[in-house]
Formats: sequence, structure tokens, C-alpha cells
Amino acid sequence: MIARVLTTGLIAGLVAGLAVAALQHFTTTPLILAAEVYEAAQHAHDGADAGAAFSGLSRTAATSLATIAVSIGYALILLAAMLLSGDAIAPRRAALWGACAFAATGLATSLGLAPQLPGMAETELAARQIWWLATALSTGAGLFALLRLDSTAAKIVGVALIALPHFFAPQPATPESTAPAELAARFAAASLAVQAISWALAGALAGLVWRLLSREKEAS
Amino acid sequence: MNAKSVNSTALAASRLEALKATAVALTLGFGLVWLAGFAYPESVHDAAHDTRHALSFPCH
Repeated sequence: MIARVLTTGLIAGLVAGLAVAALQHFTTTPLILAAEVYEAAQHAHDGADAGAAFSGLSRTAATSLATIAVSIGYALILLAAMLLSGDAIAPRRAALWGACAFAATGLATSLGLAPQLPGMAETELAARQIWWLATALSTGAGLFALLRLDSTAAKIVGVALIALPHFFAPQPATPESTAPAELAARFAAASLAVQAISWALAGALAGLVWRLLSREKEAS
Repeated sequence: MNAKSVNSTALAASRLEALKATAVALTLGFGLVWLAGFAYPESVHDAAHDTRHALSFPCH
């Protein structure tokens, strides 16, 4: 079973990652590059040096590779969650798991930490990362309690787990962004859309590949 | 051993197998997301920079 889980995660994540990388190339990446022009102009004005480590094709390749890694990770996490909860792994159900995962890692976290362009005002990284992770895990657990457990107590705990992180949301930085507001707004929307698609696609494809591999195993 | 206990032994074995697969998938899954979305080394950050921003992981 371990081999089937890993193969499924790898194939589903690879295909989903390639599709999302293509989507990024036309949606979020142009906005990031545009924001970097403003950021570089500000740095040049301040006399500081700011060049991107990667550019051109190598940057696209590095971004695609990272996106594929994240997508394989998403697919494996969804497979693990479905196995642990005893769910049948099928495309539609797996896509729904993906939608809930997006609500946890995308919607809930963006309430406290809006998707950011380079050059936007920011606070200390570690604190933001910890809050992001804690919020995603807490919201995920809360959604599970709310949607999958029957007792009233579990549902109350579920709601509490979803609401609680937002009382500890990081203080936003003093707004002093170099990126224009219109660019930032477009990026926040695009980022959420890309993230939703990457979770749903990783889930749906994991369900599909799992079904194909299971059929193959039964046939042999 | 009667048919019922054979059946429940098989069920327990398949449950254990599923748990093992879950543990491996979770470790690898979180590991990959951590590496691409959170890890600190500058080279990893630079390579994954646009993905971190696009998928709204906290970034510099």
C-alpha cells in the first residue's frame, strides 16, 4: 500500500504541479515581476542593491520545480488524510478534501496574512510562519470536527478551533509598500485562485490515479 | 482459527498497513511543503520565491 500511496502522490502531484506552474506563469508571476520593478526602483533610490537570484528561463524552471514539490506534498497530505479517516479515495471526494484544505491553508490564513507581493511591508518572518501553520492545522482540525463528527460538543470544539487563531493574528506591518495597491489587490485575488486550483487539482488527480492503480492491482 | 478471526486478523493487518502508509505520506508530504514553502536556506528560498508568494506562504 505504501508503494501505491507514493506512486499516486508522485503522479498526481507532478501533473497538478505542471498545470499550476503554467497557470502561475500567466497569472501571479507577471504581477511579482511587475512588483519587483517598483521594489528595485525604491532600492536604487535608497542606494541598496537588489537583484533576483534567478531570472528568465532558470527562474521559470525553479518556480515550476517548487510548485511541483508543493503539489506532490499536497497530494500526499490529502491521501494520508483520506486513509486515516477511512474514506474511499475517489476523484470527487478527494477534490472536496482539497477544497477543505484550501479553506484551511488559503482562506483562513489570508484573513490574518493577506497574500503578499515582493516589496510589501512585512513583519518578522518566523512569527508569520508559525501563525500560518497553526491557523492552517487548527482550521483543518476544526473543519473535520464540524463536518465529520456528529456530537454537538465536537461541533462546538470545531467552531472554536476555526475561530481561535484569529484572536492571535499577527499585527499587520505599518503600510509602506512599494507595490501599487491595484497590483497588490490583483495579486491577492490571483494567489487565492491559484491556491484553490492547486489543492482541488492535487486532490482530484490523486483520487483518479488511486482508482486507476487500484483497478490495475485488482486485475493482476 | 475460525473464519471470523481470520477475517478480523486480515482487517487488522490492512488497518496497520493503511496507518503505515499514512505515516509515510504525511512525513513526505509535510516535508515537501516545508522545503518549498518554509525552509530558510537562501538557495531554497530564492528558487521557491515566486511559488511562495503565489501560494501565499509567508515570505520576505
